[in-house]
Amino acid sequence: MTHAAAILPANPASSEGMRPALSRWFGALGGHAFLIALAAVVLLPYVWMLLTAARAPADIFADPFGLPTGVEHLQANVARAFDTVPLLRFMANGLVVVTCILFLQLAFAIPCAYALAKGQFRGQKLLFALILTALCVPIQVPMLPIYLALAKLGALDSYAALIVPFALSPFAIFLLRQQFKSYPDEIIQAARLDGFSEAEIVMRLIVPSARPVIAAFAVFSVTAHWNDLYWPMIVITSLDKATPPLGMLFFKDGDFGTDYGALMVAAIVTVAPILIAFLFAQRQFIRGLTMTGLR
Amino acid sequence: MLALPAAILLVVLVLLPLLFVFGLGFTDYRLGSRAWSFTGFANYEALLSDARSRNAFLHTAMYVAIVTPASLGFGLAIALAIQARKHFRRVYEVIFFLPVTSTFVAMAIVWQFLLHGRIGPVNQWLEAIGVGRVDFLTDPGIALTALAGIGTWQLIGQTTILFLAGLASIPSDIYDAAALDGMGRGWDRLIRITLPMLAPTTLFVAITTSITAFQVFDSVAALTRGGPAGATDTALYRIYQEAYRYTEMGAAAAISVVFLAVIALFSLAQLALTDRRIHYG
Repeated sequence: MTHAAAILPANPASSEGMRPALSRWFGALGGHAFLIALAAVVLLPYVWMLLTAARAPADIFADPFGLPTGVEHLQANVARAFDTVPLLRFMANGLVVVTCILFLQLAFAIPCAYALAKGQFRGQKLLFALILTALCVPIQVPMLPIYLALAKLGALDSYAALIVPFALSPFAIFLLRQQFKSYPDEIIQAARLDGFSEAEIVMRLIVPSARPVIAAFAVFSVTAHWNDLYWPMIVITSLDKATPPLGMLFFKDGDFGTDYGALMVAAIVTVAPILIAFLFAQRQFIRGLTMTGLR
Repeated sequence: MLALPAAILLVVLVLLPLLFVFGLGFTDYRLGSRAWSFTGFANYEALLSDARSRNAFLHTAMYVAIVTPASLGFGLAIALAIQARKHFRRVYEVIFFLPVTSTFVAMAIVWQFLLHGRIGPVNQWLEAIGVGRVDFLTDPGIALTALAGIGTWQLIGQTTILFLAGLASIPSDIYDAAALDGMGRGWDRLIRITLPMLAPTTLFVAITTSITAFQVFDSVAALTRGGPAGATDTALYRIYQEAYRYTEMGAAAAISVVFLAVIALFSLAQLALTDRRIHYG
């Protein structure tokens, strides 16, 4: 671009003198106008959500985007949301479920990925091929027999039913294997000579070196399972085990269906944890959620 | 040894269940009933003759056929616009990415109100500009398109970011060389350099977006429950209904196998492209 800028004015064919600067200015203006218009559409639901949480439910129908008149409606909506619905319970359930899933996924994936990347064992090629196969399988298909097994074991409607089926993440294994492969073999050899056990090598050398990838995967996993509706809808029937999305669904389809003030407080509380984390760690989020088009 | 625990889980949680689904598809097993029998391809034949299952796949295909080009088109346009800006690039990225992170059920309640046939503000605006009211979520001819619109809203952030990465990877000397040859900075450059250079990115984004779109479930479950009149019944929602509402496990397994075949095909293509892209970012 710098080259082009330096050469253009000397080019006799361009007799437009002022034009590039002016047209670039208009181009920038048009570009921002385009982006702002689309951003407004994308943000519209969030604006309504915030406004509605702070207004009297009856006012919403007359003027959907009216401004709040004071804090008393916000307080009333918050009180109604927390009084009638076990919102904090949903949040706690969500936290337990996503934490346990992430812990199990990493606990199983890290050793496996290390063995696949740096070890040599019988069946290594086969195992990797099976991991790749598993990557192509939509999670909802193996869930059908898993549901039957859970039903047989009498384990439906429990935390275990929400967590255990996700303990293995073929994606985590795939991702970490790619990452671990680039770790220098010489350092591993040297560590072995210094008397490091394999476990120490993994925990003290390999894992710290892969921290960004692990963070990106953590973002992906936590977001996916916090927001998941499909599986909780299938295995959970009692309110006190519901994760935030399932709780929202109960809430929306129940007596509260049209109490938009309270509903929006609940919606904000549900969306907020991931959203705030996103605003604080934008890079990790964007990386984690896009690099992983795979599930 | 280190890989053993994961390998066991792989067998127990993925491979055996997969085999089981294949087997189940050839039976008339219902959850809770003791008697069941092999019925051969009866479930698959029913899949072809039953209008509901056929429509579920048809609707899913239509949904994908709207969401994928729409998210690609908007994502590309937004990425090009952001790429050309000097200021506020980060702000735009964050705004467009918000829906990717947001719990969909919570946002669904908002969309349900905004698009409501009588009280929704979108309809008030449409009426004000003379278009007239549209029953977005309750008109069988419109509901699927409305869901696709919401699905696009959700996915634009992802496609935008992927296209931005693709744009950033185009070497700048190509543009310099083109400028030396007298190529203008506008449409000419876009059509003759930028878009061809983005072709591999575009293919990857199209496949990734399609895979996500095929698995549409949350919006159906939260907004239309397959209705009105079955107009938004999709593959995954059909599986959910057959397996967990009607307990028709055999029928659900057959639909699952077809669902699996379609997604696996797209995933294989994605995997082939991923190897080169995994270190993006």
